[in-house]
Amino acid sequence: MYKVLKKAELAPEIKLLEVNAPEVAKKAKPGQFVIIRIDEKGERFPLTLAEWEPKKGTITLIFLEVGVSTRKLGALGTGDEILDVVGPLGNPSDIKHYGSVAVVCGGVGTAAAYPIAKALKEAGNQVVSIIGARTEELLILEDEMKGLSDELYISTDDGSKGYKGFVSDVLRMLIEKGYRFDIVYAIGPPLMMRATANVTKPHSIKTIVSLNPIMVDGMGMCGACRVTVSGETRFACLDGPEFDGHLVDFDELIKRLRVYLSEEKQAAELYEKSRGIKRA
Amino acid sequence: MHKEKRKHAIPMPKQKVEERIHNFNEVALGYSMEQAVAEAERCIQCPKPQCIQGCPVEVNIPAFIKKIREKKFDEAIRIIKEKNSLPAICGRVCPQEEQCQKFCVLGKKGEPMAIGRLERFVADCELQKEVTVPPRPKLSMSGKVAVVGSGPAGLTAAADLAKLGHEVVVFEALHVPGGVLVYGIPEFRLPKKIVQAEVNYIKKLEVDIITNHMIGRLYTIDELFERGFDAVFIGTGAGLPGFIGIPGENLGGIYSANEFLIRVNLMRAYMFPEYDTPIRVGKKVAVIGGGNVAMDSARCSLRLGAEEVWIVYRRSRKEMPARLEEIENAEEEGIKFRFLAVPVRFLGDEHDWVTGMECVKMQLGEPDESGRRRPVPIEGSEFIMEVDTVVVAIGQTPNPIIQRTTKGLKTTRWGTIIVNEKTGKTSKKGVYAGGDVVSGAATVISAMGAGKRAARSIHRYLLRKKRMQQRKEYCQ
Ligand SMILES: Cc1cc2nc3c(=O)[nH]c(=O)nc-3n(C[C@H](O)[C@H](O)[C@H](O)COP(=O)(O)OP(=O)(O)OC[C@H]3O[C@@H](n4cnc5c(N)ncnc54)[C@H](O)[C@@H]3O)c2cc1C
Ligand SMILES: Cc1cc2nc3c(=O)[nH]c(=O)nc-3n(C[C@H](O)[C@H](O)[C@H](O)COP(=O)(O)OP(=O)(O)OC[C@H]3O[C@@H](n4cnc5c(N)ncnc54)[C@H](O)[C@@H]3O)c2cc1C
Ligand code: SF4
Ligand code: SF4
Ligand code: FES
Repeated sequence: MYKVLKKAELAPEIKLLEVNAPEVAKKAKPGQFVIIRIDEKGERFPLTLAEWEPKKGTITLIFLEVGVSTRKLGALGTGDEILDVVGPLGNPSDIKHYGSVAVVCGGVGTAAAYPIAKALKEAGNQVVSIIGARTEELLILEDEMKGLSDELYISTDDGSKGYKGFVSDVLRMLIEKGYRFDIVYAIGPPLMMRATANVTKPHSIKTIVSLNPIMVDGMGMCGACRVTVSGETRFACLDGPEFDGHLVDFDELIKRLRVYLSEEKQAAELYEKSRGIKRA
Repeated sequence: MHKEKRKHAIPMPKQKVEERIHNFNEVALGYSMEQAVAEAERCIQCPKPQCIQGCPVEVNIPAFIKKIREKKFDEAIRIIKEKNSLPAICGRVCPQEEQCQKFCVLGKKGEPMAIGRLERFVADCELQKEVTVPPRPKLSMSGKVAVVGSGPAGLTAAADLAKLGHEVVVFEALHVPGGVLVYGIPEFRLPKKIVQAEVNYIKKLEVDIITNHMIGRLYTIDELFERGFDAVFIGTGAGLPGFIGIPGENLGGIYSANEFLIRVNLMRAYMFPEYDTPIRVGKKVAVIGGGNVAMDSARCSLRLGAEEVWIVYRRSRKEMPARLEEIENAEEEGIKFRFLAVPVRFLGDEHDWVTGMECVKMQLGEPDESGRRRPVPIEGSEFIMEVDTVVVAIGQTPNPIIQRTTKGLKTTRWGTIIVNEKTGKTSKKGVYAGGDVVSGAATVISAMGAGKRAARSIHRYLLRKKRMQQRKEYCQ
């Protein structure tokens, strides 16, 4: 059992949990994730390690409530227990001195990008971060990202804060202004990662994306997480989750994320009914 | 009638077809005491029993059958357990027609003895009772062993090492122990509670089974040694699913058999939405392959409500590697077979969901390395099968993480770990391996056999190591 030690709401429907998982905390590296199963009837689903403290033996998860599993997790409080946490899984990010790095994050992807940006900074890189969300109140980790970045840019789809538009637009603007990046990390929803990869491609800037396909075991046994990279089938949990963004078939990834749409809806309705939640 | 022995084995009582295709309860119900004794009467107690050599772990078959005849079931199970620590499982899933029963002399003139069914009967009798556990011997020189993976290979190695007096910790990456026995083989063929009972027995031997620990990611093999283990046994199985590598394979509705079975068996998607893991099975399912995995996927599909389920296999019925009993069960249940065909391309709709499969017909040519006749495509014979769900069950290769993260561990180009057949010793000091990770996808009983052999040599290794340590200390 893995106890929840702290809980916070970062934005509407974006929650943070600090969980006691000493062994994972000791071994975690930027870019890795855990697979969680909340209770006996729960499904296995992946969440990126947003932070970890080896001394305290804790890991921090930051997640957007989208369906039954993430909402159940969001309903846990301090002192509650998670049945299974397995990790760290996936390959760590390749952290080294590149020179100048742009870290481009969309929505809750900022949580996954945060430890990577921090490690890149510690490795001596110049870090320019661009964080974005649909609207101001959904922005997360602004102070944390500001603290570690040499420059921080913000964008919102509705212009409520920072630039109006997408994070990829900000990146394009910076490149056009003459910023030179040796590598770009893009983490967020698939559409955002695709848009970012499209911006960097004509400039041949190496772009790493962290893919989020549906996963079951997270250890290379089911193939649910298969993605096409450079025309080849790769397993995101085994070979990723980071890949070269210029080689990923994003259309396929987006379609494969929608495979269980009707079941997810059915489960969500049942969950709402069981909790007496009325649909807006 | 009394004098002349029956030519036919006592049939296995089974759940009625009409009922069982709607539930996940066990299909084969097991012999009653009367049926078991009557079947045991058929054995002629050969002085040179051929059956034993067909069993990979050499269970003393006539001896245990004799005890059943005498209704001494406790003694029967004791005889089996001398060689086989998981009889309730083997009695259910061994491919007996290829092993023990293949060699039974009765098979020459009629049906061979139903050895598996009898083994299951006595094992189930024992499971009804409180099992007594032998006390762990106090060794003056015991060691600490890490077993990686809790499938039949790992569990057997762990049990044998504990019985020899060593301290054993099993690390399992999934949230439950059992390996394929829990994530692959369906409830209706091997109820989870049987596996659970066997796992409990092993826990009673003071083996520590730790789940949610993926070795290679959390700790490397070298780190296990740093953490104080004297030896490591790798039994991580062959769980990496293979795909055919043809266009359209990543469409919605196309599963690897492992994904399909993990969702259904391990995550209980058949109880969705009570359980959170979903699965989507359409009206017309095609399962590609002809082994146990294919049979299990097909029969699960049927139970999940598919109207028509096809097994598409590239050779003919004779060459299918699945257990005969399960092929017959599948046929009884109405699974359809399309032999001598392979898919070459999947077709999808505007939502990228699979709608069909283009196949090519095959004919059998010359025998290949496996001795089975090689299928060759017939040119121009392409045809289209309409399907809305596909399960690809064409085989698995070893889980690669440990091989990738362990320096000095020699592997073949298929990713299997290279060992000395007799000892299970790998190229790395103190590291042993066995089961599917060495042989490639094989059988429960062969994985157990490998676990046993490795346990014996690990025991010798530990004694030698401890003796050397003691000598060193003495000299200092
Ligand atoms: C390696 C990895 C790391 C991840 N890290 C995080 C993280 O740190 N924080 C976080 O909030 N989420 C993360 N995700 C996504 C997270 O796993 C999913 O949001 C979660 O599984 C949804 O489960 P659910 O039951 O709540 O929703 P469901 O009912 O399963 O789905 C609801 C909606 O979410 C979409 N969805 C389902 N699965 C995913 C997915 N894997 N990615 C994106 N959308 C999905 C569905 O299409 C559907 O529209 C990560 C995914 C991966 C593969
Ligand atoms: C669907 C299906 C049906 C089958 N039917 C039959 C049958 O009827 N009869 C028969 O004899 N055989 C059958 N088999 C084959 C048989 O189940 C296998 O040969 C046998 O289980 C192999 O045992 P094993 O211990 O080597 O590996 P497995 O049973 O595969 O167990 C390996 C275990 O190791 C764990 N693991 C993997 N990597 C790691 C890691 N890095 N760290 C920690 N743990 C790890 C896995 O999660 C798993 O639990 C079937 C197989 C399948 C898939
Ligand atoms: S273990 Fe398997 S092969 Fe051996 S006697 Fe039992 S059923 Fe037959
Ligand atoms: S070969 Fe058949 S008849 Fe002879 S001892 Fe073995 S089981 Fe009995
Ligand atoms: S999640 Fe199962 S193989 Fe990657």
